[in-house]
Amino acid sequence: MAEYEHLEDEFGNADSSRRNFLKQSSALAALALTPVAASAAIDNGLDEKMAAAFEQMPLQVDINGTMRKLSIEPRVTLLDLLREQLHLTGTKKGCDHGQCGACTVHVDGQRVNACLTLAMTTEGCKVTTIEGLGTLDQMHPMQEAFIKHDGFQCGYCTPGQIMSAVACIREGHANNPDEVREYMSGNICRCGAYANIVDAIMDVKQGGVRV
Amino acid sequence: MNQFQYTRVTTPKAAVSALSQENGTYFLAGGTNLIDLIKREVVVPERLVDINKLPLATIEKTSTGLRIGAMAKNSAVADHDLAKKHAPLLSMALNAGASAQLRNMATVGGNMMQRTRCPYFYDPSMPCNKRSPVQAGPDKGQPNGPSGCGAIGGINRMHAIFGTSNKCIAVHPSDMCIALVALDATVNVSGPKGDRKIPFGDFHRLPGDAPQKDNTLLPGELIMSVDIPTNKFADNSHYLKVRDRASYAFALISVGVAVDMKRDTIQDIRLAMGGVAHKPWRLTEAEHFLRGKPATEANFKQAATIAMNGAKGYGENDFKLTLAPNSLIDALKTATKTA
Ligand SMILES: Cc1cc2nc3c(=O)[nH]c(=O)nc-3n(C[C@H](O)[C@H](O)[C@H](O)COP(=O)(O)OP(=O)(O)OC[C@H]3O[C@@H](n4cnc5c(N)ncnc54)[C@H](O)[C@@H]3O)c2cc1C
Ligand code: SF4
Ligand code: FES
Ligand code: FES
Repeated sequence: MAEYEHLEDEFGNADSSRRNFLKQSSALAALALTPVAASAAIDNGLDEKMAAAFEQMPLQVDINGTMRKLSIEPRVTLLDLLREQLHLTGTKKGCDHGQCGACTVHVDGQRVNACLTLAMTTEGCKVTTIEGLGTLDQMHPMQEAFIKHDGFQCGYCTPGQIMSAVACIREGHANNPDEVREYMSGNICRCGAYANIVDAIMDVKQGGVRV
Repeated sequence: MNQFQYTRVTTPKAAVSALSQENGTYFLAGGTNLIDLIKREVVVPERLVDINKLPLATIEKTSTGLRIGAMAKNSAVADHDLAKKHAPLLSMALNAGASAQLRNMATVGGNMMQRTRCPYFYDPSMPCNKRSPVQAGPDKGQPNGPSGCGAIGGINRMHAIFGTSNKCIAVHPSDMCIALVALDATVNVSGPKGDRKIPFGDFHRLPGDAPQKDNTLLPGELIMSVDIPTNKFADNSHYLKVRDRASYAFALISVGVAVDMKRDTIQDIRLAMGGVAHKPWRLTEAEHFLRGKPATEANFKQAATIAMNGAKGYGENDFKLTLAPNSLIDALKTATKTA
C-alpha cells in the first residue's frame, strides 16, 4: 500500500484536478454560475470549497454481511450513512454527540457510537446493526428477552440498548446486575426501563445461550 | 459539519508530513472528541488525516516498564493483563471514563489531547479565550482584543480551583491522564524535527496568558506511545471518581493514589487529582509529607490540608474546596486498606 495514500474522487486526485474540473464541467450549470463569476470565484480560492461540495470518496464496507461499494462525502458519519443513504433506520439518532447510546452498532465486533464514527474510518470493516442481529421470524435471544421482560416503553433507545447488551455479554461484562448497570451506562433510556433491561440481560446471560 | 478533505496514512512519517503540509489539518483517531467539536463548529478543519491504520496499538512489557501505543483503544488498555498487573491505577481510571462504547473508540493519544468540556468553550456564540484567543473586530481581520472568559463570574461549577489564570479557569477532563501523571509516565512523540520524550507532568500546561494551548506538543507532532516505569504500587492503588451520577459523567473531583506499603508504613506514594486544574494535578508536597509515615487518618488529614494549599473557588465551584480534600482522604484510606 502506498505510504501516503491520497484518496481520490471519481474525477481524479482532488488536489490537482479540482480546478480543471470546475472550469470545464457542467457543474457550473448546476451552480447557476456564469463562467465569469466562476472564474472570479476560482481566483478567490473559492473553487476549493465548491469542488468539495461535489467530492465523493469510495468506501467499501461490509454491512450486515453484504459488502457495499459506496461513494460518500468524507464528512458523513456512520450513523448518517446507515440511516440516510442505506435506509437502515433501525439505528437511532438521539443526541448525535456520543451522550446517549441510541446509535450503538458493532464495528468489527466492538460496540461503538455510530454518531461519532466517521464512515470513512470503517473501510474494510464489518458493521452490524440491529437489522443484522435478528429478524421478525428469527429473533435474537436478546430481542426475545427484551420483549419478555418489558425492557422498553417508547422503544427509541431499544436498538442501541440491544446492540450494547449483546456486546456487554460477549465482552464478559455481565456477571452480575451491578456490572451490567456499569457497563450499560452508555445507553440512556428516557422512559426509565432500566430495571427491566437489566433483568433481560441477566436472563440471557444466565440462560447460557450463545449470543 | 463543514466539508473537509480526508487522507488516510499508514506510517507515522506520512502522518507527520501530512500534518505539516497545510494549516487546518488535524489527526483523526477515535474521533470521539474531534468529530463532536467539528459538529459544534468549535473546530472547522480543512483536512482530517486518519491515523487509525498506523501500527501504534501495541501494549508491551519493556526492560523499564510498560509501553502503550498511542492508538491503543482505551478499553483494550483497561482490560489488558499487563495494565491490570503492573498499572492497576491506569485500568481503574480508564474504566471510570466515558462509556463502554466510547472507550472502544477512544485512543490513548486522543484521550491526552481531548479538549476541556467548559460549556463556553463548546458554544461558539459565547466568549472564550481558549476557543478564540482574539476576537474578530468590526474591521475585518482586525483583532479586537481578547474575547474574554465566560466562566469567570459565570457558570463554573465544573471548573478549576488550582493553577488558574485571569484568562481561563477550565479543567482538563481526562481520567486516564490522572493515572499517567501519578505513575510518572513519559510521552514519546515524533515530529517534523525528529523524536523526543516529554515527561507526562510537562505534557499538559497551565492556562497562563495562552489558554488556547492545552499542552506542549508542537505543531505537526504525533504522539507515538506512553511509557510507564516499573513500580511497586500494584497492591495499593485506587482511583476515586466523584461525579453527578454513578457512571458516564465527567469528574467533579477525582483522585489517583498509588502506594508502596511496608506493613503500616508508606514507603513511597504518588498522588494526583482530576477535575481541579487545566492539567492533571500532581500533589507532590502531600506525597513528600506522607513518605515514611504510618498510614493513619490523622496523617491523611494533614496531607489533605497540605494538598489544598493555594486552592481558590470561583463561586459555583466553591464546594470543590471541601469535596477535594475529603475525596483525597477517602481514596488514601481505600488504597492503604485502612478504611
Ligand atoms: C459523552 C462523552 C463522555 C465522556 N466522558 C469522559 C470521561 O468521563 N472521562 C474521560 O476521561 N473522557 C471522557 N470523554 C472523552 C473521551 O475520553 C475522549 O473523547 C477520547 O479519549 C478522545 O480520544 P479519540 O481517540 O477519540 O480522539 P479524537 O477525537 O480522534 O482526537 C482528539 C484530538 O487528539 C488529536 N490526536 C489524536 N491522536 C493523536 C496522536 N496520536 N498524536 C497527536 N494528536 C492526536 C486529534 O487531532 C484531536 O485533536 C467523554 C467523551 C464523550 C463524547
Ligand atoms: S474557562 Fe477557559 S475554556 Fe471556559 S470560557 Fe473561560 S477561557 Fe474559555
Ligand atoms: S446518537 Fe450517538 S450517542 Fe446519542
Ligand atoms: S424505551 Fe423510551 S427511551 Fe428507552
